[in-house]
Amino acid sequence: MKKSTERWIEKGLAASAFITILTTLGIIWVLFSESWSFFRHVSLIDFLTDTEWTPLFANKRYGILPLLSGTLLTTLIALATALPLGITIAVYLSEYARKDFRKSIKPALEILAAVPTVVYGFFALTVVTPFLQGFIPGLSTFNALSAGIVMGIMIIPLISSLSEDALYAVPKSLREASFGMGATRFQTSFRVVVPAASSGILVSIILAVSRAIGETMVVAIAAGQQPNLTLDPRQAVETITTYIVQVSLGDVQHGSLEYQTIFAAGITLFLFTFALNHISYRLKKRYQEQYE
Amino acid sequence: MNSLHTNRIVDQGFKYLGILATFSGLVILAVFIFNILWDGLDRIDWDFLMGLPSRSASRAGILTAWSGTAWVLGLTALIAIPLGVAAGIYLEEYGRKNRLATIVEINIANLAGVPSIIYGLLGLEIFVRVMRMGSSLLAGACTLSLLILPVIIVATREALKAVPNSLREASYGMGATKWQTIWYQVLPAASGGILTGVILALSRAIGETAPLIVIGALAYVPFVPKTPMDEFTVLPMQIFNWVSRPQHEFLVNGAAAIIILLAITFCMNGFAVYLRNRWQKRINW
Repeated sequence: MKKSTERWIEKGLAASAFITILTTLGIIWVLFSESWSFFRHVSLIDFLTDTEWTPLFANKRYGILPLLSGTLLTTLIALATALPLGITIAVYLSEYARKDFRKSIKPALEILAAVPTVVYGFFALTVVTPFLQGFIPGLSTFNALSAGIVMGIMIIPLISSLSEDALYAVPKSLREASFGMGATRFQTSFRVVVPAASSGILVSIILAVSRAIGETMVVAIAAGQQPNLTLDPRQAVETITTYIVQVSLGDVQHGSLEYQTIFAAGITLFLFTFALNHISYRLKKRYQEQYE
Repeated sequence: MNSLHTNRIVDQGFKYLGILATFSGLVILAVFIFNILWDGLDRIDWDFLMGLPSRSASRAGILTAWSGTAWVLGLTALIAIPLGVAAGIYLEEYGRKNRLATIVEINIANLAGVPSIIYGLLGLEIFVRVMRMGSSLLAGACTLSLLILPVIIVATREALKAVPNSLREASYGMGATKWQTIWYQVLPAASGGILTGVILALSRAIGETAPLIVIGALAYVPFVPKTPMDEFTVLPMQIFNWVSRPQHEFLVNGAAAIIILLAITFCMNGFAVYLRNRWQKRINW
């Protein structure tokens, strides 16, 4: 084969890899340019401090806080569901379970992550909400609680799988030293292995939070579409992602201020998830270096 | 009761708690799937599968939805597989360990964590408006391709990494060029792993709803798309539309459509796991 052909092939391959850079630049450009137009009409201070978000009504107010509180609330509920379960599963599989059980159960748990999110939304609305309404008085049809719980179930594999990898990577000698001192498996797990793997577990938690913040369909279906500055999980709330869906389903003119609001909401979402992902990436690099 | 005794009870207790937690997620999923089957299985018949959408719940079908999903699956595969595999080959086989390589790597890790709805905003601006594709199948497939590109790249790199260097060296020793070595030796050896990653990525793509809503895919499309420039709907969009309505009959339709979507997703995932196991067994470097 000719040398020049080889070089062209390499260039083609490099161009494909370069698309990932273009994607990132594209996202940043799109979000910034449209938000820039938005912030020429709405001051950043109003955006960050106004307590009402009503861009689709006659009396327009552009305070992101109700959307942020909705996002925060559903994320916290998801975390409160997924964290205890995910960590328990991770410790059990890494420290207690037999190797073959561990090997066969991990792909089964991954099924939870493979189910499309719109299906989880259906689940939250038609199963979890009616179930919870049985013993939580005042739970509205659309509420943050059941959306958050279902989102939590969805992110269990994310926490359990990554945490388990971190726990499993802790050197055997640490455990043996602890057993030698007469500690039980439980004491060894939670006083020696979990602290030693803490940065890896933290990475899994941060990624789970980032995933929950960006999750769309579960909250769009089950949490409601009313911007609501509240931390009451029984009420309907609107998340940033739901707002973007709500506007996209309607008929909004390109170039209008309503159109730009979804990019302003989008950039807020992007900055949060970007910061979280970057922190987790840095943490991961650091603890990988520690063991290798 | 002394503390030694308590410790042992706590230890045993946690063991059972662990088993309980491990199965809780799966049990919940099982309850849910049973519930869906109960609600929707009776609704699935030939008319439902081959029927056009309708404003009346009892006459509505999912023909346009599943054909849209099939179109999106095919187009996304055509776009994302060559790009993702090529990028993976470049990063793993050609990439030098320099600053640029590090930036690309961090970038891919970050892209994998960007919420799917943000890709929708990107697609809306770039593909729908700037490139004038409109809310077409092609715009949807391009958007989803960018979304799953990081997954395919990472899977390709993992698969290439697993191919031992002796294979490459033997090929070079026979006088093969770098590309000949990759094309005739390395890629075939890594194909199982790459294929597994590709199928998992595509299965994720057909389950996505949010980015397609943002680029303007419609919930009500009364015709089967004929070309990539046609407007479209997909199964998850149809499900979302039905679930958003208050009438119970539409929820039943939603459950029935979910059964079809889950069947497709589970088949693809099952096939990927099967491929992975077979590939791992066959090759013992």
